[in-house]
Amino acid sequence: MSCGGMWCRGELCRVGLRVKLPCLLGSWFMVLICCFQVNTLSKQLSSEFTDIMNEIWANEAVKSAVLISSKPGSFIAGADLDMIEACKTSQEVAQLSQEGQKMLEKIEQSPKPVVAAISGSCLGGGLELAIACHYRIATKEKKTVLATPEVLLGLLPGAGGTQRLPKMVGLPAAFDIMLTGRNIRADRAKKMGLVDQLVDPLGPGVKSPEARTIEYLEEVAIDFARGLANRTVSAKRSKGLMQKLTDYAMAVPFVRQQVYKTVENKVRKQTKGLYPAPLKIIETVKAGLDQGHDAGYLAESQNFGQLAVTKESKALLGLYRGQVYCKKNKFGTPQQEVKTLAVLGAGLMGAGIAQVSVDKGLKTILKDTAQQGLDRGQQQVFKGLNSKVKKKSLTSFERDSILSNLTGQLDYKGFEKADMVIEAVFEDINIKHKVLKEVEAVIPAHCVFASNTSALPISQIAAVSKRPEKVIGMHYFSPVDRMQLLEIITTDKTSQDTAASAVAVGLKQGKIVIVVKDGPGFYTTRCLGPMLAEVVRVLQEGTDPKKIDAISTAFGFPVGAATLIDEVGVDVATHVAEDLGKAFGERFGGGSIELFKLMVEKGFLGRKAGKGFYIYQEGVKNRSVNSGMDEILARFKLPAKPEVCTDEDIQMRLVTRFVNEAAMCLQEGILSSPVEGDIGAVFGLGFPPCLGGPFRYVDSYGAKQLVDKLRKYEAVYGSQFTPCQLLLDYANNPSKKFHQ
Amino acid sequence: PTLLLTYVPKENNFPRSFFKLAGSLVNITSLLAVQPKSKKTLTKSGVKNIVVVEGVRIPFLQSGTSYADLMPHDLARAALQGLLNRTSVPREVVDYIVYGTVIQEVKTSNVAREAALGAGFSDKTPAHTVTMACISSNQAMTTGVGMIAAGQCDVVVAGGVELMSDVPIRHSRKMRKTMLTLNRAKTLGQKLSLLSKIRPDYFAPELPAVAEFSTSETMGHSADRLAAAFAVSRLEQDEYALRSHTLAKKAQDGGLLLDVVPFKVPGKDTVTKDNGIRPSSMEQMGKLKPAFVKPYGTVTAANSSFLTDGASAVLLMSEEKALAMGYKPKAYLRDFVYVSQDPKDQLLLGPTYATPKVLEKAGLTMADIDVFEFHEAFAGQILANLKAMDSDWFAQNYMGRKSKVGAPPLEKFNTWGGSLSLGHPFAATGCRLVMTTAHSLKKEGGQYGLVAACAAGGLPKCVLGP
Repeated sequence: MSCGGMWCRGELCRVGLRVKLPCLLGSWFMVLICCFQVNTLSKQLSSEFTDIMNEIWANEAVKSAVLISSKPGSFIAGADLDMIEACKTSQEVAQLSQEGQKMLEKIEQSPKPVVAAISGSCLGGGLELAIACHYRIATKEKKTVLATPEVLLGLLPGAGGTQRLPKMVGLPAAFDIMLTGRNIRADRAKKMGLVDQLVDPLGPGVKSPEARTIEYLEEVAIDFARGLANRTVSAKRSKGLMQKLTDYAMAVPFVRQQVYKTVENKVRKQTKGLYPAPLKIIETVKAGLDQGHDAGYLAESQNFGQLAVTKESKALLGLYRGQVYCKKNKFGTPQQEVKTLAVLGAGLMGAGIAQVSVDKGLKTILKDTAQQGLDRGQQQVFKGLNSKVKKKSLTSFERDSILSNLTGQLDYKGFEKADMVIEAVFEDINIKHKVLKEVEAVIPAHCVFASNTSALPISQIAAVSKRPEKVIGMHYFSPVDRMQLLEIITTDKTSQDTAASAVAVGLKQGKIVIVVKDGPGFYTTRCLGPMLAEVVRVLQEGTDPKKIDAISTAFGFPVGAATLIDEVGVDVATHVAEDLGKAFGERFGGGSIELFKLMVEKGFLGRKAGKGFYIYQEGVKNRSVNSGMDEILARFKLPAKPEVCTDEDIQMRLVTRFVNEAAMCLQEGILSSPVEGDIGAVFGLGFPPCLGGPFRYVDSYGAKQLVDKLRKYEAVYGSQFTPCQLLLDYANNPSKKFHQ
Repeated sequence: PTLLLTYVPKENNFPRSFFKLAGSLVNITSLLAVQPKSKKTLTKSGVKNIVVVEGVRIPFLQSGTSYADLMPHDLARAALQGLLNRTSVPREVVDYIVYGTVIQEVKTSNVAREAALGAGFSDKTPAHTVTMACISSNQAMTTGVGMIAAGQCDVVVAGGVELMSDVPIRHSRKMRKTMLTLNRAKTLGQKLSLLSKIRPDYFAPELPAVAEFSTSETMGHSADRLAAAFAVSRLEQDEYALRSHTLAKKAQDGGLLLDVVPFKVPGKDTVTKDNGIRPSSMEQMGKLKPAFVKPYGTVTAANSSFLTDGASAVLLMSEEKALAMGYKPKAYLRDFVYVSQDPKDQLLLGPTYATPKVLEKAGLTMADIDVFEFHEAFAGQILANLKAMDSDWFAQNYMGRKSKVGAPPLEKFNTWGGSLSLGHPFAATGCRLVMTTAHSLKKEGGQYGLVAACAAGGLPKCVLGP
């Protein structure tokens, strides 16, 4: 290692690591910089890292070390998931966890201070590595986030995280971090005590802002590393009064027990016992705090191993991978990037679509036919953005600047510049046709016309189009700014480029996108249809709405089935049920649609009308059952069949119909893959995430068992339960799985 | 702003120089778009030559010292009176007065008019006030230039004033709302019910923002980040600050600061010189802790400009008018340009952008400039600008240029000190920069001078002087 200039570095390259030894005119800087070149913790990285750490401890000249990443946008984004998935037994996974624990413990116990310099995602194992270091410096950027997302994959932080976090940020905050897995921004992390210093991102200098910011982070980190080594800087953080009080209280076993109990109750209530990971996290933290260091670490690795082989974890991992898959545009880059978007109809959906577009920098025209509706829509966009200002994730200036992308209007001015028009007008084929014709008269040739409809077939809408290759369906879910899914529907005539354009816009809006073929109800609405028909049937058989809600949420649905109907709107449900009923006949039978119709007649339209199955009042949390329904339910009452009316049977009646219809969609080619089917069901319809979606559920429950259930109900109710051919094929061949 | 001053033709013994304003003024670019015909005079066909006849300022004082009990218009008055005394210009000749100010005293929101009346100008002379952060008096001057060029006026007084010793502190919005509603309350009952709604938090005062409105970042914090972006070290900044103080001290002792006029402060002694010039030592400066980015930043109290009270004024005329009245112009205001850029990361980089623009507009190169006067908000900001001007990468990636313009040579750069040492009463600095350039050109026998400054909101500009 030669020393030519003021600032030269000896370098030592490995696959995943680069080590730099800066020196100043012959005299060694006493700081070693260890630079990650990959962003996941793999076996190889661990072993290289361990080697280098050993060298650090052996080398007298090195007094401290800095850990930094050369991958832009991430420090370490977590452990290598393939590595965990490759393990066959829980022991193997536990072994991995133990190795990780040892490696990080070595850093923690190092006599030479180690500083983590964090820019970009510091997730899971990355965060565990950071908190094992003696000091943490993070860039105060939007892309810098710290989190332990393991719980979202059905796992727990398995490299000492469950043991270090409570000591670092206090028990309540540690539970919050680990049980929610939520992202923590750098400034918040500083307040919590998760990082020690913040570095502001820099603007352009004689290098690009990104490159210079990383370099500056490294410089600052080196300063602190030297300061720590020669004791001019103390790694001890001065805790605030609140934190001191909390720590003091948590030291009392009785208080701690109370905290465990409260958290555990909350977790049980929210997960309905369907997710094992949160409870294991609590158990592991408890083991460390109550039984000491060794017991804690042992519990962590054992529980990590156990969790990794649960079917819940596999389901969640599948969803994670599916999400990654659905964040890619398989149609490639569209010829023309959409820069100006026009949204027709400023209702809930239209304004929601506008909101998720303007903040991504799309120039958005929001058009309505009436000033009042337009005002409401614009206010919705403002309110959505302003709530981010209140949460401090946006400044008021950024809000204003984002809002300058929005133009509200009543006419078609400026549509000649639109690259895409999304209509979100009333669900009536005649209105859709009228709008389509009007729009086509004013838009340029390349402009895509997308219809946001939940059930009207796109080809039917496109029938009046002069350019059907430019017509596509974009089915958003309400509330648009919160629901992650976008279902894109292509017709036989839709061009590849139009699809590419729609997917690109969806991805830009931050959506998880599935692309399905056109047909009545597409995929999502179509799966929901039979299940809701069954809900009606169950209601007719005398089960009350509260009970149905309880049964369905116990199965893992985030929203009860009766409440779901209220949320969707009884009129909309009626509309869709009628259309789909016509298209699919008996398979959508079961409940009586007349029940819905009577509800509409009485004005029980659901939440929007204040009355549906429940009564909705502003500010009242515990809603009561709508007693007006009693009469209606009584009128349509049918005798219950005791042989299929246990809670479990009711659950299975709902779910099997859902799954059967999903399989039918795959069979008919509406769906192009089971992955998209799972993602669509979970993110659009709330299919229990712990089951991983209808197809993964078939895999884990067993196609044969599922078909048996369907046959059992078929015998009682008839053809709506007849299993589709695809399910039968899978049932006949046990080795066939939707997900390998 | 950048101000470019030009030369004194020696043949007729008529000391004359030209100066040029460079900055980011979008609206008046067209007015000045005519290219100069010859490099020698930079005279534009069809456009009047505009000259600076004279310019003065009262001594710049650290806030909270001798001017602490005055109001802004008092300082402006003193500067205007000083200008009248120095030039003996008949007051009825002055067609218009423009003044700049940043932090407005609400009682005298048109401070130009209040000060002019109090300074003995004619009550028939209209006056208005402009604001553009730290380049407010540059804006006042270029407004004057525009009026003369447009044939609206022949004689304009421009200036700027800032009193940082006293800034308006408001009641909170809630309190103001209550008080305003109280005005409309008719009965005692209504009044009492309003008063009863007042809560302790209503009394929390609202201080004038020290931060950029759009980014909520303070100027010092931005300067620290800028210095870091260009890898300007603490040592370099302290050295530069020390240079500024040392040069200012030399200029003050050598009697070079000719624009300063004494000010007899009511109830206090006459103030004759700037009181912020304090050459220190590197060692002492090194002891200071970072003021903004704690604990590892590089901008400290010693390498930043300090809070200052002061006022300045210049007398602008068309060349014909000045000559007809028998004045020897000190400088020709030749050209100017305003630019603006990203208020977050390039807030203080205006001079870098404006300098090449104004030079190109005037058909000059860096080598033609004999005197550079740049506003020194922070040592780090000056050094970052110098590095940016000297970087091909920056020129190519951010300025849309093929190559760098090059940094000004330090021997021609702020040789009589700058805002770091003389002080920086926001709106009064522009006139000081112009007059320093004019005096410096005369002393050095130079031809062209260039003035540049940056301002909050990311608006820098250039002015040029005699």
